[in-house]
Amino acid sequence: MADLSWLIEPVYIVTIFFFIIGMQRMSHPLTARSGIVWAGAAMLIATLVTFFTPHLTNLALIAIAIVIGGGFGYIAAKRVAMTNMPQMIALYNGMGGGAAAGISAVALLGTTTATTGSLAVVGGLIGAVSFTGSIVAFLKLQGWMRPRPITFPGQHIINILVLALAVVSGVLVIAQPSWIPLSVTMYLPLFFVLSLGFGLLMTLPIGGADMPVVISMYNAFTGLAVALDGFSFATPNYAMVVAGIIVGAAGSLLTLNMARAMNRSLSNVFFGAFGATEEKGVMIQGSMKSIEADDVAVLLAYADKVIIAPGYGMAVAQAQQKVKELTDLLGSRNIQVKFAIHPVAGRMPGHMNVLLAEAGVAYDHLFDRDEINPEFPSTDVVLVIGANDVVNPAAHRQGSPLFGMPILDVEQAKNVIVLKRGQGRGFAGIENDLFYRDNTRMLYGDAQESVGKLVQAIKKL
Amino acid sequence: MTDVTILWTAVYIAMLAAFTGYVVISRVPAILHTPLMSGSNFIHGIVLVGAMVALGLATTPLEQGIGFVAVILGAANVTGGYIVTERILQMFDRSGKKPGKEV
Repeated sequence: MADLSWLIEPVYIVTIFFFIIGMQRMSHPLTARSGIVWAGAAMLIATLVTFFTPHLTNLALIAIAIVIGGGFGYIAAKRVAMTNMPQMIALYNGMGGGAAAGISAVALLGTTTATTGSLAVVGGLIGAVSFTGSIVAFLKLQGWMRPRPITFPGQHIINILVLALAVVSGVLVIAQPSWIPLSVTMYLPLFFVLSLGFGLLMTLPIGGADMPVVISMYNAFTGLAVALDGFSFATPNYAMVVAGIIVGAAGSLLTLNMARAMNRSLSNVFFGAFGATEEKGVMIQGSMKSIEADDVAVLLAYADKVIIAPGYGMAVAQAQQKVKELTDLLGSRNIQVKFAIHPVAGRMPGHMNVLLAEAGVAYDHLFDRDEINPEFPSTDVVLVIGANDVVNPAAHRQGSPLFGMPILDVEQAKNVIVLKRGQGRGFAGIENDLFYRDNTRMLYGDAQESVGKLVQAIKKL
Repeated sequence: MTDVTILWTAVYIAMLAAFTGYVVISRVPAILHTPLMSGSNFIHGIVLVGAMVALGLATTPLEQGIGFVAVILGAANVTGGYIVTERILQMFDRSGKKPGKEV
């Protein structure tokens, strides 16, 4: 085969250029779809040209591994339901982190200088943390693991100790001091076990409500790990370095934006064990009052203005199609229907927008928290569909774990109907005052069924 | 390249790339946060090319084994990341034709 290795650098430069164009396009709603195509084309040519790397052996193994991994990624991503997309992002992000840790491991088994070795160690640590951390996030969101924070006494001290030991063993991997009669083959496994362990321990105490922030942060972590690993080769791989840092920076900013939307600081997310503690000494007045679908139908049919506040429950019940039907039905009766979208409703920012768009609800019906909040007092009926923490008025009460989180002020509407499966709590695990208010009624049941009943009942009126 | 040159090159690149990432994200409406997170998740799939080189230059069975796993993970990051992003962005298509229900 002719030596085509000179192609690699120019193609990598084009790759980076396309990645940036792709992200740029993905950041505008109209061009978003073409953005991923640009990035995808770039990834394809980058992968192909990498086969021209000088002295590359194990070609068959590489091809087999690409088919296995690529096949799994493709099939799993095609099969999964739209509602499960957040955990799939977590899963694939973890795999990227794992790959980065693997590259570090191979680099450190070979010969490295102090600089490339150090970069590989840091990349390996971050990649390994992102790997196990993302897997835990995946398991929690998938429901294969309790989403509640898992805490135990001395947790923070143990976590910090594990991290410190990981760093120490990482230093030993590079320094390999002669006064310790152990070889690199001893430190290296220890280093990776401790790093993987830290990712696991760090994510266990984080509750389901904070998972979007965590996934976003691990996304930035993987980007950084990839960037650092770009330096672990004899000739630095600048495609990895630049793409990794772009993702690291973009991911960090996204993480901060998401945390701000929830009024949570990052240290709160990681050390707060949100939802693990109860608020003491607060008695909620009143009781939960249930209502039947037929009565809700009457309320809706004779309302002038209805606002729908969807949450994760709508996603779980796959109720978005029925919700769209209800919206059309009410619209045909000249009732004004708007959607109130809390920035962190669901499990990711934009989660609700995506689902409602899937069902065909027009964008101009969807309103941000800040846009819609002044409208609640003039609203006849608010339908809260599977949302909980984002409508909890406890956020206005000092001392509540939710205090300060900007919420949808649905309690100001004349009637609030909460569609809920049972009397359980939200992700944050906090009792919701809203359910006990005088103007609140609970419509128990699966959201899809309940909305279906509402549609039927309104048609009969 | 000497270590010091690499280090300074790294700092230059890091600064410019970080700025690029910051600028791209800073003007994004909230509804695009999830697709963008997914899109950037795909982009760090470039780790695949590193894993390919690591496996391609591996000599011992241990290195080959780790490299093999790394390529599998990297490839899954690439294809999975692409499909997930594509499916999420499909929801933003307002051209009238409804996205088919993929099973």
